[in-house]
Amino acid sequence: MSIRIDREACVGCGLCREVCPGNLIRADAQGRAYLKRPEECWGCASCLKECAHGAIYYYLGADIGGRGGLMQVRSAGDLTHWVITRPGEPPVTITVDRRSANKY
Amino acid sequence: MMKQQYLTCDLLIIGGGTAGCYAAITAARRSPELQILIAEKANIKRSGCLAAGVNALNAYITEGQTVQDYLEFVRWDAEGIIRDDLVRTMAERFNEATADLEQMGLVIQKDERGRYVSRGKQNIKINGENIKPILAAQVRRYGNVRVLNHLNMTQLLLDAGRVVGAAGFSVLEEQAYAISARAVLIATGGAAGLYRPNNPGFSRHKMWYPPFNTGAGYAMGIRAGAEMTSFEMRFVAQRCKDTIAPTGTIALGAGAREVNALGEVFEQRYGLSTSGRAYGASNEAREGRGPCYLRTEGISAQQEEDLLKAYLNMAPAQTLKWIESGSLPSRQNVEVEGTEPYIVGGHTASGFWVDTRRRTTVPGLYAAGDVSGGAPKKFVTGALAEGAIAAEAVLDDLGEQSDGSQADFRALAQPVLEEYQSRLAAKSGEAFDVFALEEAMQKVMDEYAGGIRTGYRYNANQLSLARSQIASLAALAETLRAEDMDELVHIYELTDRLTVCQTLIAHLLERRETRWPGFAIHTDYPAPRAEEERYVNSRLVDGQIRVFRRELVKEGAYEHTD
Ligand SMILES: Cc1cc2nc3c(=O)[nH]c(=O)nc-3n(C[C@H](O)[C@H](O)[C@H](O)COP(=O)(O)OP(=O)(O)OC[C@H]3O[C@@H](n4cnc5c(N)ncnc54)[C@H](O)[C@@H]3O)c2cc1C
Ligand code: SF4
Ligand code: SF4
Repeated sequence: MSIRIDREACVGCGLCREVCPGNLIRADAQGRAYLKRPEECWGCASCLKECAHGAIYYYLGADIGGRGGLMQVRSAGDLTHWVITRPGEPPVTITVDRRSANKY
Repeated sequence: MMKQQYLTCDLLIIGGGTAGCYAAITAARRSPELQILIAEKANIKRSGCLAAGVNALNAYITEGQTVQDYLEFVRWDAEGIIRDDLVRTMAERFNEATADLEQMGLVIQKDERGRYVSRGKQNIKINGENIKPILAAQVRRYGNVRVLNHLNMTQLLLDAGRVVGAAGFSVLEEQAYAISARAVLIATGGAAGLYRPNNPGFSRHKMWYPPFNTGAGYAMGIRAGAEMTSFEMRFVAQRCKDTIAPTGTIALGAGAREVNALGEVFEQRYGLSTSGRAYGASNEAREGRGPCYLRTEGISAQQEEDLLKAYLNMAPAQTLKWIESGSLPSRQNVEVEGTEPYIVGGHTASGFWVDTRRRTTVPGLYAAGDVSGGAPKKFVTGALAEGAIAAEAVLDDLGEQSDGSQADFRALAQPVLEEYQSRLAAKSGEAFDVFALEEAMQKVMDEYAGGIRTGYRYNANQLSLARSQIASLAALAETLRAEDMDELVHIYELTDRLTVCQTLIAHLLERRETRWPGFAIHTDYPAPRAEEERYVNSRLVDGQIRVFRRELVKEGAYEHTD
């Protein structure tokens, strides 16, 4: 369970670092975000929701069934688009509307 | 050199999670002059249990139900070991706290007549993805609440037996803090990471309870001589395999029954209590009928879509897993497993022994939320309720109390701040680092104190081994040195977990019965015993854990008298 940060896409805004409940994300010398110890990630996705630059990817470790899939979050007002890509498969987008309650 | 900063406030809240944020809101509303300070290890926007979001409000008095019904339900579920006064006083506030959350902006599902839509007898449906940002935004509206994020607290400061403040350090920079306060509320949540987890390798932190809630509050209280209750009532959760995501949404929401590998529904053999359910699944597997599943095969396309979305709002790993594996829940039942044991007073009765108003046994110290004992099944609304109850008690108590002298505070704090400095030192060829000792602790607890490995079973011999091995790890932990602040945090986290383990083992040894077989099986005493229908409590006296019994509190309010 962890996240991967695309350092090319990161603009160093620091928002992900600010919210991580485990203080796991740090800044390199250029101010760009990196995850110090990937195995300490809880998988809460707080950092993904903060990143307006699509620089953070969420994945499952191979030990819990990860097979190369990646998940990203794009927020647009009350809508949250969760985009899942898998090797050799078309991407899947699931959109959740904050204004509607869970059906379950 | 680590910089030192001294701060002063009226009310110091340690831990800005669910209970801590709501305590601050309650106190600030009632007393705009009160100087309130929240010391939070991460950032209150997404810290603690609510980080990923929650799926429902699990504790609500729905139409036709009463506070007494909730009390009876909790008593039944916990096999009698609860504090009636604590459960009643929190349940009385569930609905008020819920209405308040809705005012703050939480989305709650309503029917055409504007009533909340319930999910079973005690739950209501919400969109809880942003519940923590909502609470945090509310906190920021009060000018008299100051929030210090990224501040890890480690030690209560006592003067003549009274708590007068606490010390901690920044997790990011070399800066130590000593904060003097007229009252301190502990709201640091429960303890995860004591036992070897379900996924001990790369995904070691893919656990149910936040791995960053390390039992700091329990440990601070234990060291300060506070009385603790019911640590032996550990919590083992039934969760989705691998992702350790909650299962209630599938079971209650989509109506999925639990089945063994033969497809048999087995719940009637074990009972429907939380412990009974956990025992059922683990025993079915033990007897060769595992693994167990939630039977989702055949759910409708709409139900499936709703499930995928619901999990994104609280446990996104599960949705990714469904999509990535191609094993969608309509096509494949969802495998479940039991977690490693946690100490969490929001689900069971473990935690600080408090009076009805959430005062601990140490003057000046209050406790609310998962860190506080005696009141299982708190969930979100119970944590809010306890935060409010404790805040009101603080306001009443401070009214009666005169300002203490500040002169001696620095003298009290200085040794603690110096210890931080002395630990932050270059390494000199030590054989172990903090991660090696953490792994060792988890292994000992797993094997000798009833972890996953033994199916939550232990006997007195094993517990004695656990006790001596944890003590030797605690001694080793004292020699650890940190290269940076991040490592310093890990060292104090390990120390706190070891402190919690020691109290936990003492409690497990004392309860000579098996009352909650899903949570713990004492193989020397494999059945419940009537004479054990009492609390197991403990207190650290002169460095020794003293364990003792108290009779059940049934009626009225409870005050500390001894
Ligand atoms: C994954 C998960 C899902 C849940 N789902 C639901 C649900 O759907 N419905 C429901 O009703 N309940 C749910 N619960 C239960 C509910 O969320 C908790 O009982 C409740 O939030 C606990 O509140 P708390 O304030 O005690 O702890 P938390 O909210 O965890 O707050 C503890 C705070 O203390 C901070 N802290 C810890 N140590 C230190 C330290 N040393 N110094 C400073 N700060 C520190 C932490 O960072 C954190 O912010 C869920 C719990 C979990 C873990
Ligand atoms: S939020 Fe995104 S852009 Fe900002 S620091 Fe983090 S990764 Fe970089
Ligand atoms: S997913 Fe959560 S725990 Fe993991 S790095 Fe992001 S914010 Fe931190």
